[in-house]
Amino acid sequence: MRKLEADRSAGSIAIEGLVKRFGRVHAVDGVSLDIRAGEFLALLGPSGSGKTTILMAIAGFEYPDEGRVLLGGEDITWLPPNRRNLGMVFQRYTLFPHMSVLENIAFPLKMRGVGRAEREERARGALRTVRLEQMGERSPAQLSGGQQQRVAIARAIVYRPRVLLMDEPLSALDKNLREEMQIEIKHLQREIGITVVFVTHDQTEALTMADRIAVLDQGRLQQLGAPRELYEAPQTEFVAGFIGETNFWAGAAAAAAAPGEALGVQLDGGVVMPALAASPVPAGGRVRLALRPERLRIVAGGGEGVPARVTEAIYAGNATTLMLETAGGQTLRLRIPAGTGLPEAAAGEAVTLSWQAADARAFAVRS
Amino acid sequence: MSRRPPRFLLGGRRFSPAASLALAAPFLLLLLVVFILPLVMLLHESLFVPAPSLGNYAHALEEPVYLRVMLRTLRIAFLVTLLALLLAWPLAWVMSRSRGVGLALLGAAVLLPLWTSVLVRTYAWMVLLQRNGIINQILGQLGLVGQPVRLLYTEGAVVLAMAHVLLPFMVLPLYSALKGIPEDYPRAAQMLGASPWATFREVIWPLCLPGVTSGCLMVFLLALGFFVTPALIGGPQQMMIATLVSQQVRELLDWPFAGALVGILLAFVLVLVLLFRRAVRLDRFVGQA
Repeated sequence: MRKLEADRSAGSIAIEGLVKRFGRVHAVDGVSLDIRAGEFLALLGPSGSGKTTILMAIAGFEYPDEGRVLLGGEDITWLPPNRRNLGMVFQRYTLFPHMSVLENIAFPLKMRGVGRAEREERARGALRTVRLEQMGERSPAQLSGGQQQRVAIARAIVYRPRVLLMDEPLSALDKNLREEMQIEIKHLQREIGITVVFVTHDQTEALTMADRIAVLDQGRLQQLGAPRELYEAPQTEFVAGFIGETNFWAGAAAAAAAPGEALGVQLDGGVVMPALAASPVPAGGRVRLALRPERLRIVAGGGEGVPARVTEAIYAGNATTLMLETAGGQTLRLRIPAGTGLPEAAAGEAVTLSWQAADARAFAVRS
Repeated sequence: MSRRPPRFLLGGRRFSPAASLALAAPFLLLLLVVFILPLVMLLHESLFVPAPSLGNYAHALEEPVYLRVMLRTLRIAFLVTLLALLLAWPLAWVMSRSRGVGLALLGAAVLLPLWTSVLVRTYAWMVLLQRNGIINQILGQLGLVGQPVRLLYTEGAVVLAMAHVLLPFMVLPLYSALKGIPEDYPRAAQMLGASPWATFREVIWPLCLPGVTSGCLMVFLLALGFFVTPALIGGPQQMMIATLVSQQVRELLDWPFAGALVGILLAFVLVLVLLFRRAVRLDRFVGQA
């Protein structure tokens, strides 16, 4: 029983108080993360957010200035990369050009002293897993980008590591192939039950693939949560702006509110509208409202709400996006999904906007 | 797969064959007059003087004295190549992983000697190695040797000095080949469980092999015909083929026999180049991997 539990936690990763400085810049500034065994975790952030540095610390290519990295409870902070037994897929294809596809996949087994016959058999098995069984004798240069990346994945899992690290592995592929590969990697991860740490700057990719997402900015962890949580309940203004599309509108709180409480906000150049406090807000304090374009509604028949004028209507098949301008000069985007029967409007028309308190998150502005 | 770029390009336009020829003509003419013509005349002499026969060649290959010189030339050229490779590889590796000021300094360290006269560099080695030279003085002061050691006029000295003089020709193709190996290859190898040594053996070495062949061939061929350094640093015991040729021409005035020696050297070089013609990539010397 104890053995079983140990096995189950073997693929977990704990990052404790990680700090990495390059000169005077803090690339990673005190990040702690618990990654569960078998979980698909995305490290999401703009460039310079520290996501790659964290991955490199797990891989062993960067040694942190402070903090520890634990794999299955064991401290691996200072272990060289080749002794960590982790799998990794890089951004660019890193198949060795002087070896055939099969030799590439057998390489990690060779490094582990596995015999020739078993090597070949297991390499063929891994190649089947990524559905490229016919390609074993080819050289990597004869494969397409997507095929090369699938071989790289096969090579990274053939020795059954408990953790697979992926550094923007799909960024070099075109859009359609990328979407196909996202689903494929996700299926593969479920099938073999491996822990995946996936670095990306593409929020759609993170939302599509990950069980949980760690959003990073300027070396700090902004929020860690399931995709729905991040999208629906961002805890910081950065997360609200980075994940999905967001309209920001400044205003003043009509009353004090604790996080999660509803409050009225006196919008700059507009009326008082309902919102939900995302952080503690003092009475009269400055706030910024985050509004998702698809949560804004046009009120039929001119009821209560914010008067605005449609400056442009952009039809994109699955949705229509309206560009709006209020009397106070605030510009907003509003999205109407196709086929929902919601009221639409044409350019030049005057409309009234409204939203529900839960769809407007108020972030206190630090003064 | 990218398409091979057209061979002659200027301002995005291909040169016509006539234009290409016109641009290369001055140099080709010079080559013809000062190199190919004298060479042909020399070889002609070796075959037809005093009578049309292979006698001069037979003489060179049958006489033990000359055979020894040729074998010594081969041995020294081989040792020089080996030493240059051992010295150049780590340097080229560091250069290929450096950027900015570091790379500029290393590059200057490699190229500056190339722009200095071979004669000057050879004299520098003589100053270092002679009986009362710096090395002997240091050894004496450290009490390591009772009296000065004979360093100059030994085969070791010839190999060392020649390896130094020819080093840039090894470093440049190696640097170019190593530069072409993306940093992620060694990283991927390590992630897959390869120790630093296994990473070198399985990934880096096979991938830089074209540069190694190219550099070795270049240094070996240059070493075969090297004149100044072996003539000054080596004694009569270390005579190499170029010195022998010079002796035949200048002291014995035996042009036909010198021509035969040149012919043998030339044939050997041509065979080597043909054997390794795929490895002799001149573009490695002008900065394209």
